[in-house]
Amino acid sequence: MLTQEERAAISEGCDSSPSARAAAPHALGAVQASRGWISDESLSDIAEFLHMTPAELDSIATFYNRIYRSPVGRHVILLCDSVSCWIMDYEYLLNHLLTKLGISGFGETTKDGMFTLLPSACLGACDHAPAMMVDRELFGDLTRQSIDTIIDQYRIKDGDRRTAQSPLATGRKEQ
Amino acid sequence: MIDSPLTHAMKPTKEALAIDEYEDAGGYAALRTAVTEMTPFDVTAAVTDSNLRGRGGAGFPTGKKWSFVPPPGKRTGAAYLVVNADEMEPGTFKDRLLLEQNPHLVLEGALAAAFAIQAQTVYVFVRWAYAKAAQRLTKAIIEAQRRGYIGDNVLGSKFCVRVHVHTSHGRYLCGEETGLLNALEGKRASPRSKPPFPQVVGLLGRPTVVNNVETLCNIPPILRNGAAWFKALSKTGDSGTKLYGASGRVNAPGLWELPMGTTPREIIEKHAGGMKSGYNLRGFLPGGASTDFLTDRHLDVPMDFDAMQKAGSRLGTGTMIVLDDRTCPVAMVHNLVTFFARESCGWCTPCRDGLPWTQNILADIEQGRGRPEDLDRLELHCKLLGPGRTFCALAPGAVEPLQSALKYFREDFERHITEKRCPYKH
Repeated sequence: MLTQEERAAISEGCDSSPSARAAAPHALGAVQASRGWISDESLSDIAEFLHMTPAELDSIATFYNRIYRSPVGRHVILLCDSVSCWIMDYEYLLNHLLTKLGISGFGETTKDGMFTLLPSACLGACDHAPAMMVDRELFGDLTRQSIDTIIDQYRIKDGDRRTAQSPLATGRKEQ
Repeated sequence: MIDSPLTHAMKPTKEALAIDEYEDAGGYAALRTAVTEMTPFDVTAAVTDSNLRGRGGAGFPTGKKWSFVPPPGKRTGAAYLVVNADEMEPGTFKDRLLLEQNPHLVLEGALAAAFAIQAQTVYVFVRWAYAKAAQRLTKAIIEAQRRGYIGDNVLGSKFCVRVHVHTSHGRYLCGEETGLLNALEGKRASPRSKPPFPQVVGLLGRPTVVNNVETLCNIPPILRNGAAWFKALSKTGDSGTKLYGASGRVNAPGLWELPMGTTPREIIEKHAGGMKSGYNLRGFLPGGASTDFLTDRHLDVPMDFDAMQKAGSRLGTGTMIVLDDRTCPVAMVHNLVTFFARESCGWCTPCRDGLPWTQNILADIEQGRGRPEDLDRLELHCKLLGPGRTFCALAPGAVEPLQSALKYFREDFERHITEKRCPYKH
């Protein structure tokens, strides 16, 4: 079931889109903003709201890089793996980041459900390569030290919420 | 007269120019002149005279593009102006600067363009990663509405216009003109078959012009200062200034608004501070991931549309990626092709199947499993994925760095194969 707020957010998108159906990506984004990812159940609910079939909506959901059809952690780290960051040795930082997070590769989520690490195409911050985004925040000129600081700060910020249930855990329940 | 019309008013703090600051620097005067003193035809003519060419990469003449839109007497219903702010070409970061630091210039350019093609709706298609840009643009739209630059009867004229910001959910194809229109309609951002061209059949089947951010930013200064001034800004036959950039192992990666036709040597040595200590220049991609490599032999070729093409590459987005002598060119091309293979929308076969195949061959060579005949196979792919065989420019763009790498860095490919390892890894 979509919440009142989710319905309102979708409708708002419909108003500024060229047609109601054109709001489909926006609707997926709006629901993802509140739930963290798009489960099959969410997909069906949104499709019904937009008068589409779930399969039709899924063809859109799976096309766009930033719509998640699997559970993600509370924060998504997007490490740029495109050419300028590659030249500036992002791969070296990737190894450091994996160790720091205790995961073994892209696409994985930390045990506490706090971070998911994903690769990203060029973030348009090539003059500050290597670069990454955490959620909607951009970080450039990355070094091992600055990565440590960034991750630690997120952990401290979220510290008081650490016992709260993560979207990842919620997502698993829905499945 | 100002010689850097796109960036001169920007604040050292990197904050967005507020509407008062923008107006104080002469902002919105061009829109006022356009809607109160000029006809849409006059505006298009002024832009055509200026010889402004599209800054998104293809370099199509902007005035000509607008002139293909049927005038209201010859069409029924709406027309649309779409701002392509879906910057995602690897190595490119120029539109971010304009969107974040001078959003009113983007808006004024879009509004003047909408007036020229008599569109009543503007969509600004912003990439998801540019959250700050979208936020600043949204604020600028509200400011502009309050001052009467957006809405019904703009500045007392008959021109009525609405502006919407659409944030994408990420895919390289969203930046392709017709892929963008599909994305805006809420579909998969696969490209459309052309013709018909979007100027005739575009968004929701209506006449639509899609212009790049930097292109539109040039419109207000052209209308304010005239075509002769705009042409005089350039060092060559292509008019205006260009936002040039450099990334890679240079001392000071960055962006600079310089006369069109500035040389790579000046950009790298003077503005980017030269190569980092211990690194020498091996080559460069002049304008993003989908342009052919050039080498030190091309450092004095003017960076404009025609000269870059004659040199065997393209100006593209004008933001160059520098390859140094300690970075493996085979691995670099592998990185580039991996990006294109991942971003291929799968709509047509050469791109969907050819790019992963190319990616696998390059991985083999890079990891020491390559065979001599692989080079022929790569050459063949450059042809089979080239222009004329696909719906859009993704695959032809993907093979541009590959085909030029095979030409300029052939020895590196051969060494990988004979030595069965990457000679750059110690």
